[in-house]
Amino acid sequence: MAAKARVLIRPKEGILDPQGKAVERALPALGFEGVGHVRVGRLVELEAEDPERLPELCEKLLANPLIEDFEIQTL
Amino acid sequence: MIWGVLQFPGSCDERDALHACELAGDGARLIWHESRDLDGVDGVIVPGGFSYGDYLRAGAIACFSPAMEAVAEAAAGGVPVIGICNGFQVLCEAGLLPGALLRNVELRFRCHQVELIEEGTGERLSIPAKHGEGRYYAPEEMLDRLEANGQVAYRYADGHNSNGSARDIAGVRNEAGNVLGLMPHPEHAVDPLTGSTDGLRVFRSMEKAAA
Repeated sequence: MAAKARVLIRPKEGILDPQGKAVERALPALGFEGVGHVRVGRLVELEAEDPERLPELCEKLLANPLIEDFEIQTL
Repeated sequence: MIWGVLQFPGSCDERDALHACELAGDGARLIWHESRDLDGVDGVIVPGGFSYGDYLRAGAIACFSPAMEAVAEAAAGGVPVIGICNGFQVLCEAGLLPGALLRNVELRFRCHQVELIEEGTGERLSIPAKHGEGRYYAPEEMLDRLEANGQVAYRYADGHNSNGSARDIAGVRNEAGNVLGLMPHPEHAVDPLTGSTDGLRVFRSMEKAAA
């Protein structure tokens, strides 16, 4: 049976994330003070028959290891 | 010199690239992304646009197309390849060029004429740029290496780096020098009617590299 998994992909620490910055700047106007370090990434849900191959799949396609970190959560 | 211009679902600058190749070289033909046939082609253009809808990341899916596999093989054999805008993103994702292209600072899609400086000659080129993800990025040590190897091909002139590219880099080459990628669009600067013919220089510089 295929295993369900969730892959979280986010910009590497130290790389400027303008999406995160834009969200961060919008928050005070909406009354949400004190929120910082916002980073915007991607979430990929999938079902894999061979979960052992997920890291390889992430490195090859889902994330670009030069600019993104990924985290695999098997459910 | 005959150029082949790749065409992906979502490409939008392939016609201008064909026209530019006809002016700069001896002709060009389109190559559909599912084809591996580069017969009769002396060089390849990976054009601008939004290949495969830019899904996942710009260029992430296009880089695995059959046409790109053929291009990677040809590039390894010394065939000149130019990636423009989305084509630059595709070549980076394919590992044929170093680095990556990130979202512009301030998240603005930039569409304007930019001034470029050709490394080595110092020649100034006026070429249009239009992109939302053109911020060139590579880790510091990789940037040092690119500069030391002479792999930086074009930089934005002072005041023209509106996307936040590292070290004002607008275009880079691979180590062998036969693969070039740049964000601005030389194929849109080939006719005096639209203000500049400086784009032809970019195509011809790669013809020289091939000779």
